[in-house]
Amino acid sequence: MSMSRREFAQLIGLAGAAGMLPTTGFAAAKQTADPYELENFGNVRLLHITDCHAQLNPVYFREPNVNLGVGTAYGKAPHLVGEKLLGHFGIAPNTLEAHAFSCLNYESAARQYGKVGGFAHLKTLVDRLRETYGREKTLLLDGGDTWQGSGTSYKTRGMDMVKATNELGVDIMTGHWEFTYHQQEILDNIKAFNGEFLAQNVFVTEDALFEGADEYIHDEDTGHVFKPYSIKEIGGARIAVIGQAFPRTKIANPARFIPDWTFDIYDDLLQEQVDAIRANEKVDAVVVISHNGMDVDIAMASRVSGIDVILGGHTHDGMPEPTVVKNAAGKTLVCNVGSNGKFLGVMDLDVSNGKVRGFRYRLLPVFSELIAPDPSMAQLITDIRQPYTSWLNEELAPADEVMFRRGNFNGTFDQVICDALRKVNDAQVSLSPGFRWGTTVLQGQMVTMEHVLDQTCLTYPETYVREMTGAELKLILEDVADNLFNPEPYLQSGGDMVRVGGFDYVCDPTAKIGNRISEMTLDNGERIDANKRYKVSGWATVGARSEGADIWDVVADYLRDRKVASIDKLNTPKLKNVAGNPGIVDYPA
Amino acid sequence: MSLHRRTVIKAIATGGALVGASVLMPKLAFAAWNKSAFEAKDQTAAMKALLGAENAENSSEVTLKAPDIAENGAVVPVTVSSTLADVESMSVFIQDNPSPLAAEFMIPAGTAANVATRVRMGKTSKVTAVVKAGGKLYSASKEVKVTIGGCGG
Repeated sequence: MSMSRREFAQLIGLAGAAGMLPTTGFAAAKQTADPYELENFGNVRLLHITDCHAQLNPVYFREPNVNLGVGTAYGKAPHLVGEKLLGHFGIAPNTLEAHAFSCLNYESAARQYGKVGGFAHLKTLVDRLRETYGREKTLLLDGGDTWQGSGTSYKTRGMDMVKATNELGVDIMTGHWEFTYHQQEILDNIKAFNGEFLAQNVFVTEDALFEGADEYIHDEDTGHVFKPYSIKEIGGARIAVIGQAFPRTKIANPARFIPDWTFDIYDDLLQEQVDAIRANEKVDAVVVISHNGMDVDIAMASRVSGIDVILGGHTHDGMPEPTVVKNAAGKTLVCNVGSNGKFLGVMDLDVSNGKVRGFRYRLLPVFSELIAPDPSMAQLITDIRQPYTSWLNEELAPADEVMFRRGNFNGTFDQVICDALRKVNDAQVSLSPGFRWGTTVLQGQMVTMEHVLDQTCLTYPETYVREMTGAELKLILEDVADNLFNPEPYLQSGGDMVRVGGFDYVCDPTAKIGNRISEMTLDNGERIDANKRYKVSGWATVGARSEGADIWDVVADYLRDRKVASIDKLNTPKLKNVAGNPGIVDYPA
Repeated sequence: MSLHRRTVIKAIATGGALVGASVLMPKLAFAAWNKSAFEAKDQTAAMKALLGAENAENSSEVTLKAPDIAENGAVVPVTVSSTLADVESMSVFIQDNPSPLAAEFMIPAGTAANVATRVRMGKTSKVTAVVKAGGKLYSASKEVKVTIGGCGG
């Protein structure tokens, strides 16, 4: 890293002097030489991680330049990018903090400040924030998407991350991609997990109950597969933590892995649960560890009352401050703490006599070069990786430009995947899911097999080649666009727009389903005909298992052959009705 | 709860409960199978054929429970209940299905008006529950989204 700690301190001092720092948030704490020295507040400290996607080692991760909000979400957190995000949260440009939270000057800032995350660094930071506050007054909560996203999590069926979260000291977690293993594997992993796995919105199906699922589920009478909530006595207070797993798991991911469980958002049941906890458990605060996604959490907080804090994930929004949502009984704080191990949320609460009297929140970016790695976690990571290093470390091709995914539409790494599918599978058109995980590779950096796995590693990686009509292609695009841009949050499913190769289109995010997508046009300029058939290649089918090679092998073959990770053309839609939307900056089309 | 869910479900499956029997075998349960209503291609015609009217009054005393998004369009759970007096029948319509009438439940006098079934939905559609009580029709509706799925992040 090109910047010393002293220079860093000076930089922070300068920004502070300029009067541009907010009184809350990470910057407020940074006016000392040490960015991780926090003033203690209150009597309960909640430490929050989410969506690390099994990234055990430090990574580069570029925040999005397109994260459009439509309907009531327009212009509100988390649908802010670039200067608009900095301005909203009062973050000074060209600072470490601006780099952490926005996509601005990404490459040069990434070279300056170095990688983010890594469990050994996170461990040091978590331990410090526990020790300086009083370990017995802290909880570490994990919002899920922890067991998936890397080569080692794939090979160990998520068990590598169970070991890593045990070493980290996670007290409570909930899940989403955890449910992409088989039911029995999930139950075995939970058994090996030292903390509690909570989910108030996952129920056993009646068919499964009839077949004998009652032998392992948490509560036969209510049908809860997992414990719905837990009461923790910390800092002299009783804190209820309720788990909310991703409600669309069986729609967004293969239902075949978890046939006996059913998911949804149950406002009425959650309200009953909160009311019962408040009536019977003598709690001082109610917290939800959620994998709804931020828009859904904000909506849920307005509909269900009595929750003090929602610690959220899924949508990978690194929000420097909580959104305060008013509801029938008061207000609820909604947080979201980004992804890939890049951030640690710190919520200090002043809690007594059944009431939260105040809070102080910081979202700390985990800059790996500013934190010494914890030796025993580092050893565990080495041990986990050891059997797979030759697979992970294969150098495929140097990156010709910054390679990333995150954003509503095609990122450069997505384009490489789409190009690989077309080339290797000899297809006219390709489709690739708009996941929000996947790390970043800087220009000139060698793309390794591990980077390809960061972008593609899931438990249903098989590719397909099939014919589709133009009408079928449009139907897919319309369906996914509605999952992203439906103004009613409960009708969204998270994730970004499906990535495409070999054609462009026009997209109006503000239109209704059936009318958002138009002018689908092949790269050769030919308009896609609704009735004509096209050869399409893709991967990650949720219905039935596809027959083709695993996606990472397709991409690796393509890169080995091409010898450079580059793109000739970015297939990204021309957008309508987004002028002035603060959720978009530097858009190429 | 002294009677476990599993026991209850077994009882229903073996035909031990009256409501369960009609849920599982709607065709057999009716003496007069209303063929024209169940085969009607649009909801208005189906309602007219089944209940003799094209419209029902929207009522807060009819509760329709269905998911916002179906996990599986082939088996969408739908529950209908009502606090109205003298309920005679409860029926479920899926507006955009090829045959919109999905089910009709006859509610004998003195029976709790609360039924649950699963319906098949080919695409996103409005789902309507119609309750016949005291000779009048009351309804509740909700749109259920059916998506091709995938692409979740």
